[in-house]
Amino acid sequence: MKRFTQWGNDLYTGETSIGFVRRRNTWFIVAIVLICLSVAAPFLRGGFNFGIEFTGGSEFQVSAPTSQDQTLATDDAAAYSETPARVQQLGDGSIRVQTDTLTQEQNNALRADLAESYGTTIENVAVSTIGPSWGADITRQMVIGIIVFLVLASALMSFYFRTWKMAVAAILALFHDLIVTAGVYALTGVEITPAAVIGFLTILGYSLYDTVVVFDKVRENTANYGPGSARTFAESVNLAINQTLVRSINTSVVALLPVMAILFIGAFIMGAGTLRDISLALFIGIFVGALSTIFLAGPLYSAVRAREPKIRETDAEILRRRDAGIEPDAEPEEDGDADGEPARPERENDGAQV
Amino acid sequence: MATSKRSSQAVRGAKSTLLWFGIILIVLGGLNWASVAFQNGQWTPKLALDLEGGTQVVLAAQLQEGAAAPSGDQMAQAASIIRQRVDASGISEAEVTTQGGTNIVVSVPGELDAETQNRIESSAKLEFRPVLYTDSASNVQVVKPEDFGMESFNATPTVEPTDGSDVAQLTDQLFADFLAFDCADVMSDPEVADPEEPMIACDESGTEKFVLGPVEISGEHISDATSSMVTNQQGVATGQWGVNLQFDATGTAEFRAVTERLVAIGATPDPTTGMADTTRSRFAVTLDGNVIVAPTANAVITDGKAQITGSFTEQSSKDLADQLKFGALPFSFQTQSTQTISATLGTWQLQAGLIAGAIGLLLVLLYSLLQYRLLGLVTMASLASLAVVAYLVVTLLSNQEGYRLSLAGVAGLIIAIGITADSFIVYFERIKDELREGRSLPAAVERGWSRAIRTILASDAVNLLVAIVLFFVAVGNVRGFAITLGITTLIDLFVVTLFTHPLMRLLATTKFFGGGHPASGLDPRALGAVYRGRGEFRRSSQAKKTKVQASAKEAERRQSLAERKAAEAAAKGEK
Repeated sequence: MKRFTQWGNDLYTGETSIGFVRRRNTWFIVAIVLICLSVAAPFLRGGFNFGIEFTGGSEFQVSAPTSQDQTLATDDAAAYSETPARVQQLGDGSIRVQTDTLTQEQNNALRADLAESYGTTIENVAVSTIGPSWGADITRQMVIGIIVFLVLASALMSFYFRTWKMAVAAILALFHDLIVTAGVYALTGVEITPAAVIGFLTILGYSLYDTVVVFDKVRENTANYGPGSARTFAESVNLAINQTLVRSINTSVVALLPVMAILFIGAFIMGAGTLRDISLALFIGIFVGALSTIFLAGPLYSAVRAREPKIRETDAEILRRRDAGIEPDAEPEEDGDADGEPARPERENDGAQV
Repeated sequence: MATSKRSSQAVRGAKSTLLWFGIILIVLGGLNWASVAFQNGQWTPKLALDLEGGTQVVLAAQLQEGAAAPSGDQMAQAASIIRQRVDASGISEAEVTTQGGTNIVVSVPGELDAETQNRIESSAKLEFRPVLYTDSASNVQVVKPEDFGMESFNATPTVEPTDGSDVAQLTDQLFADFLAFDCADVMSDPEVADPEEPMIACDESGTEKFVLGPVEISGEHISDATSSMVTNQQGVATGQWGVNLQFDATGTAEFRAVTERLVAIGATPDPTTGMADTTRSRFAVTLDGNVIVAPTANAVITDGKAQITGSFTEQSSKDLADQLKFGALPFSFQTQSTQTISATLGTWQLQAGLIAGAIGLLLVLLYSLLQYRLLGLVTMASLASLAVVAYLVVTLLSNQEGYRLSLAGVAGLIIAIGITADSFIVYFERIKDELREGRSLPAAVERGWSRAIRTILASDAVNLLVAIVLFFVAVGNVRGFAITLGITTLIDLFVVTLFTHPLMRLLATTKFFGGGHPASGLDPRALGAVYRGRGEFRRSSQAKKTKVQASAKEAERRQSLAERKAAEAAAKGEK
């Protein structure tokens, strides 16, 4: 841990600097490739694998079965529906059988058959039926939710950071996270259930949340940006990413730990279900979101701002003074704290050249 | 000493803040105690269906093509009618809620027997329509216009109908449809019929089919319906069961007009047969598009009290009375999904969720101890107080607002652990940054806090936004997740402000943390600040410079404004 602290110190002072901004084109290309793969994945793999809640159907849960043989259920269900039934074993030993939509009579008959096959009482076989409009409802609401959220979040961030360009960079990074997460689902063919949708919607928040913390430091570092600054605009952004890197890593680890706990319990102990579905989407999303915060959001912001003539001029001036060997201005204190020495930033030699 | 005065102020402030935190905790606990003592509340949150086991039926309102979405009032009315039905069938603790504009969710503990399910599902639109024509349901034949040497059947009446019983409404097309009408097809899938037009319907047993006129009275005008033994003129019970109706003022007037007309039709001999018309003197009561009863009007009813008699048993008359009484829904409903979860599976899911939460919490604690040494204990204490507050708030919500904790809600709580811990991480990292600048710990805590709280507020606002948006567009169990996410975000702000920060202020004055003990996680030496003697440190970046460098170029650094402008102009000129 000693080394991690030391590394944190060096990142803070600029002693160690990782050129996140300098190599931004590399990250952008990687991101674009990932997005293209994610968009292509559903077409290559024949679409997403939607769960029964989206397609409609009947679901039977046999608790306390005397046998674990899944073919019993497949054979029973074959008498009622053309498509082969999906049979899964849940963590508590119960068997879950999913079939196409059946009539009430067929449901009752299959329920009795299953109870007989697995040597249990009919009360131990729970039946659920899901109409096909249910999934459409969720999908519609989800799309509305995403749109409303994006509009409100953009407004909130533009207001807080006082620049809409930060909001644009953050939202672009967010889109990347959503598309890549959806792509992973398409590639792996993991079932998409309403619980997975919840997880997916939570990524919205987490991805932005993570970005806001880094952008807050960027805002602070570029607050006094002017011709007398020690760093060019891109260098300031880069320093902010470096300074919050320890925090970004810690946060992602801390956020992932409980998610991994749910994922572990959900996937290995409980089998299919709400916990597994929520946590899988979150796991992918937080992981991708943490990376996109560091590699995409900040560099995107500096790329968007670098086009402004005023920034170009100022940067040119800073570089000119640097070459001429003129010391940069001292940065003003934000509050008159007599305990502290005036902060005088170290010149960063490994900074980005815009 | 200015410093010591300020730090003693900080300590006083911290102590009073912590006192407030304690008071709020006691108040929350007290509110819970009060609801347990006086409103039969519980010390544990109520559990949702997926954790407790039970059955959930989602009903969707069936709307006509192009009809406007039901209003909130209509939905609330429908929900309360369905609630009455469920209660009438003797199920306790049923929950009926509206959801997403057109859905009604019925949750009952345990299993739902077929009878109750039917009772809930037949939560239909009740209508009174005059009978125009009847036939046996088994008489199904397809007739084509060619059979009669016609181009096509006319679908509009040749003569404008004068009233709801006018046979002019029986167009050729309608009659052909009626002949081809197979009751078996429609029993399972009730149609939404236009109240202004004639319709074809079957009785519930599927033995008779009808052509009915437009709606004369809608079911919401029934104010009461009971079942009782039918009595004869002398007041002696006949052993038959009947259903007694009571209309409200509007219904009374309408019913009177209808019975007047139908009685008149029944009394007039048909010119072709010379027999009284026993078909068009009947009126049908339809529920969900099916005829539940089609009695003949024997007398003009002026007081809005009617009795329907027929081949009722005690049970069927009671069922019909219930249907009539609670059947006055503004639209009919169809089951969208039913879900049954066994109690054992529910308990099992709850246990799994709690175990996952405990593991998650433990991992976060281990990691923060590893990262922040004994400062991790502050995280632990903060998370513990967050857990206590969150538990009290969820229980209170459950007692006061009927909130039920679902598995998705539990997942929201577990995920919030990470989000909450992040507030502490932001704060601690800020304090470290200030220490790196060479400040003493009390000063670093003050400055770090003023910077961290901005970040925490901004990032928590984003989270709260997610929770609010999810809550309002939520379908199904998304809402439970949104609620716990929102609650924990707010509590996180509360705890970090009223607990973590004052605690840090107090700890900053202790020898162990303030003195920067290596195990405290706040050792300035480890953070690269350099000892300057008397407990003061210089910032790390300066220590690396030589003295010459540090004082060099003082003149250039203090450029005058004019010089700076000139330099800028020069830069512009170069472009």
